[in-house]
Amino acid sequence: MALLKIKFTQQRRVHLAQGLWLLSWMAVMWGGVIFCLGVYLKTELLRRAEVMDNTEIHVVPNILMMVGLASIGTNWVASRVCQDSLDPTRFPRWKVPLLAWFAVATVLCCLLIAVVALSYALQGSLEESLKVGLRNGIRFYKDTDVPGRCFQKETIDRLQMEFRCCGNNNFKDWFEVQWVSNRYLDFTSKDVKDRIRSNVDNRYLLDGVPFSCCNPTSPRPCLRYHLTDNNAHFNYDYQSEELNLYSRGCRQALTDYYMELMNSTGPGVLSVILIQLSVLLSLRYLQTAVETAMVLEDPEGDSEGYLLEKGVKETIEDLKINALTMLKFGQVDPNAAEGSSEVADAEKDEKDAPPSPAS
Amino acid sequence: MPFMPVKFNLQKRVKLAQGLWMIYWLSVIVGILLFSLGIFFKIELRKRSEMMDNNESHLVPNLLILVGLLACGVNAFGGKVCHDSLDPIKFAKWKPMLKPFLLLCCGFNALLLLTALLCFLMQFAVYLTLAEGLKNSIKFYKDTDTPGRCFMKRTLDLTQIEFRCCGNNNFRDWFEVQWISNRYLDMSNDLVKDRVLSNVEGKYLMDSVPFSCCNPGSPRPCIQHHLTNNSAHYDYDHRIEELNIWTRGCREALFSYFSSMMTSIGTCVLLVFLSVDMAGLKYLTTALETMEDPENPECESDGWLLEKGVKETFGDLLAKLKTLGKTNQVVEGGDAPEAAN
Repeated sequence: MALLKIKFTQQRRVHLAQGLWLLSWMAVMWGGVIFCLGVYLKTELLRRAEVMDNTEIHVVPNILMMVGLASIGTNWVASRVCQDSLDPTRFPRWKVPLLAWFAVATVLCCLLIAVVALSYALQGSLEESLKVGLRNGIRFYKDTDVPGRCFQKETIDRLQMEFRCCGNNNFKDWFEVQWVSNRYLDFTSKDVKDRIRSNVDNRYLLDGVPFSCCNPTSPRPCLRYHLTDNNAHFNYDYQSEELNLYSRGCRQALTDYYMELMNSTGPGVLSVILIQLSVLLSLRYLQTAVETAMVLEDPEGDSEGYLLEKGVKETIEDLKINALTMLKFGQVDPNAAEGSSEVADAEKDEKDAPPSPAS
Repeated sequence: MPFMPVKFNLQKRVKLAQGLWMIYWLSVIVGILLFSLGIFFKIELRKRSEMMDNNESHLVPNLLILVGLLACGVNAFGGKVCHDSLDPIKFAKWKPMLKPFLLLCCGFNALLLLTALLCFLMQFAVYLTLAEGLKNSIKFYKDTDTPGRCFMKRTLDLTQIEFRCCGNNNFRDWFEVQWISNRYLDMSNDLVKDRVLSNVEGKYLMDSVPFSCCNPGSPRPCIQHHLTNNSAHYDYDHRIEELNIWTRGCREALFSYFSSMMTSIGTCVLLVFLSVDMAGLKYLTTALETMEDPENPECESDGWLLEKGVKETFGDLLAKLKTLGKTNQVVEGGDAPEAAN
């Protein structure tokens, strides 16, 4: 009992082949789009690689790029198959490659679904990676004379200005690290000595932030130092001041940015999944319809196309048997002769057995 | 004696028509490019209009948009004519429109040259507008409570950050204006009173700059205040300090941005120059017209740019213009003998 049989006249077969050819070229184009999306996402992640601790999130753009390229290849093959499908001399050579093609197309669809799932699942990992990366960035902000870290200051400053954020969780993160290098501190000054002695690690901590935390939309010129001291500035209240600095933390800003980027690729990926599935199903119908037509006496007559030759359960059983025979390749031959005679005897015994009690 | 005659057989005519068709459709694409360049330029001017006192002239982008649209139309028509040129029936209906079309192409070329010239010349106007506009922007930086100017601070800060510049000519422009509003000044404080009294206009002037002048590439946390006072900061010499704040003025930064944009647009306009198209079309039409035997497409024909030599064509044109001018007199002279009779 074939699965989802459809009758195909010659006309319908031709239309199916033409439609599928167009669809597969559209799928090639969409595969290119997916590849470009993957490249863009990877570039954006690489640009901020300095504030990320690990590269787990890179698996999403890597899969997108791979799937994009593979999709271009497989759908191009599908279009070649369509071109050859109505020519009975050229179609038979595609018989075996088509099986491989179906397997590859299914794998591609599964990978695409996996990408969508991964982009949500890896959000936590991205946040962790950003937390560690930003913490290090803020800690090494002052080390502009240490090789390997001399550009941390510029990176963090540009990041805070571009993403309109300050610190890791918020601006108070800057109060906990020394972000002014010792080279620029006058150790003979009383104020500096007091601050250094005020904490265990002898760090110069202050309630101030770098200039890149300043919010340009504030009506007041930026206040950067003595932020917790209301008396240090005229008409200033630390609790109610909102516009002076950026209130968002950079980890939140970057996570939001990347999540939005990946969400916007969502519709594109879903439409590619749909197109790939429809190419897969249409090609299966075309293959079965053309094959059944070729064995008919009249090749131009009606034929049936189906998805699976037998029902789902029977197909799975067949596949299992095939797989087992392939695994037992060495053992099948010696046992085959004995096994079949044993089975025949067993059958004969069974047949003999019921009549005896009856009689 | 035709000007620059060329012999054409069927093969050559077909090749000419095909080549010309390609050129026309490429020019349509370039026309679309010009249109989008015009829109881009208009948007950029609008974005920075606050820096230019809302006084900037939109003549060049408007002209570019118009030229882009015209280029698309003219070249599409030319392409259609080429497409139909080898079919005598279809070509017959285009024949009467060809002379006016070639004249239109001439006029369009003149317009293109004018646009390219304006692209190069208007840069001076942009420079002057920028100078005036930036001076006012710096003056109104503190007026975040005045309607109509409340976003000047944000715009100027974002401009200085984006273009990596400070002040009009350089950062010292900030020393000459009061850029902190009186709302945030404690007038009872002695320091403030000293500063306000130290100049004739009663402005609170200081040797400081806003945070947007800070250079992120400086190895040292940004020094914004007391810039000319070496003893105010440890290990600081304002004469040799280069990386602390941006040294370039915003007028120069913005001008170089706009001038590079306008120069490249002007060059692109010059590339659209249609003289090749016009010459090709003239050759094609004359070759088709001079076919001795219209029924036999394989016959040879001559093509040329001008029917007579250059001097004779000019002489003819001048004579025509003179007769146009003397139209009234010719009619009177004709009527008078009739009236006499």
